[in-house]
Amino acid sequence: MPTWEPSAQIADLRSRGSLLSEIRGFFETRGVLEVDTPILASHAITDPNIELFAVPTGDSERFLQSSPEYAMKRLLASGSGDIYQLGKVFRYGEHGKKHNPEFVMLEWYRVGWTHYQLIREVAELLIIHLPVSSWQVWPLPALFEHFLGLDPREASAEQLHDASITAGINLNGTLEKLDYIDLLMTHIIEPQITDWGLVFVTDFLAEQSALSRVIDRTGKPVAARFEAYFQGVELANGYWEECCPVTLSERFNEDNKKRLARGQVLRVPDPQLLHALESGLPDCAGVALGFDRLLMLTLGRDRMSQVLPFDWMNA
Amino acid sequence: MPNFSTNEFKPGLKVMLDNEPCSILENEYVKPGKGQAFNRVKLRNLRSGRVLDKTFKSGDSLEGADVLDIDLEYSYTDGEFWYFMDPNTFEQHSADQAAISDAQKWLKEQERYEVTLFNGAPLVVAPPNFIELEITETDPGLKGDTAQGGSKPATLTTGAVVRVPLFLSEGEIIRIDTRSGEYVSRASKS
Repeated sequence: MPTWEPSAQIADLRSRGSLLSEIRGFFETRGVLEVDTPILASHAITDPNIELFAVPTGDSERFLQSSPEYAMKRLLASGSGDIYQLGKVFRYGEHGKKHNPEFVMLEWYRVGWTHYQLIREVAELLIIHLPVSSWQVWPLPALFEHFLGLDPREASAEQLHDASITAGINLNGTLEKLDYIDLLMTHIIEPQITDWGLVFVTDFLAEQSALSRVIDRTGKPVAARFEAYFQGVELANGYWEECCPVTLSERFNEDNKKRLARGQVLRVPDPQLLHALESGLPDCAGVALGFDRLLMLTLGRDRMSQVLPFDWMNA
Repeated sequence: MPNFSTNEFKPGLKVMLDNEPCSILENEYVKPGKGQAFNRVKLRNLRSGRVLDKTFKSGDSLEGADVLDIDLEYSYTDGEFWYFMDPNTFEQHSADQAAISDAQKWLKEQERYEVTLFNGAPLVVAPPNFIELEITETDPGLKGDTAQGGSKPATLTTGAVVRVPLFLSEGEIIRIDTRSGEYVSRASKS
């Protein structure tokens, strides 16, 4: 039942305030500039797995941003140098124990860096706040080999389906190949790396590249992406950014094809982002980190509502 | 029946899964930052009582189950069916052996039972938590022996056998917790 009282204890909200200011201090020390790009913008992400809040604005609609990525890349293309943003983002329908449709994202970009250099900086930030002193890096194929005995790049949707049954998942219906990767990651692997400390997963499938570049890894293409996990909770997602407007434009079209096939509304690719890329995005790596999840893990809370002033049900 | 989408899966919602009526117990939303969202759902099969885990792609839907819990009065049995009456409408419902199941040993005429109707027919009959029944057969009561600990089997009017304290004798009415099948107390004589 909705209540007027805060979802979080006041002591935890004090920690929330401190963490916000400590993060700002971390970037100030490192010479990374804070920016605050628009939350309500004319275009947004095409990703079929992210739905948006559309807001009517008279003759058209705008979108609450699911990440500040596009606007930040426009700043990078115009010579901003290293930048970070700590602010609210919105994802329609993402509500659960570890999800709130409105949440705080920390996103930052390092010019001239690869995702490997950025992994180190993410680890340096996390180690300040989490009860852990080291980290390990696992390529996604190695992780699947370890827990499921298969190579996700080579496996077919049918083989992944069989692996999910063997692992004890009772799935309703069937999935496309990439969705099986997500199923096995969330249901089988995440629960088994809870005592592994801080884990960075790299070398995702080329089909999972999103906005990262695809690089060659011992003769096979992999997405130059990483995700950070602590106690089995996904905390951050980073890319060595793809800078080619043609490549990204093709991926946006693929997203829309998938949206069409699933009966979802189509999203017009952001022309301003593409223009910015045409004018030249510097080589850079970027990462988005869920601030509320970091606070949950710092305080040892298991529900996001416990670290929010007012969660979705009480907002 | 209407269809319900995963975001409408609330505890208590009755849905059809693999042609079986089920009640949703828990629904957990799981999603990678970039990737497919899932709902990990715990359901109870209302026919068998068994609890199962099922993972749905977020947005999947299930047909609602025509399931209704009502209070009915037990009337009688003809050996094949057990007949219950709605005390408000006097409508009669017949439950088969599968629906009666464990409730059979707690059936008492004019007592109220929670009956789960599925497509209008009794699916499960649940006895009240406490019921008062007469002892029809037990060893003679030991006068004055009210000490804790000693017990003996007693057969009740329904055929159920429960363990009772040694001082009770045939013809006495006792209160039983139907969830554990244990003796609670002597019932006050009416």
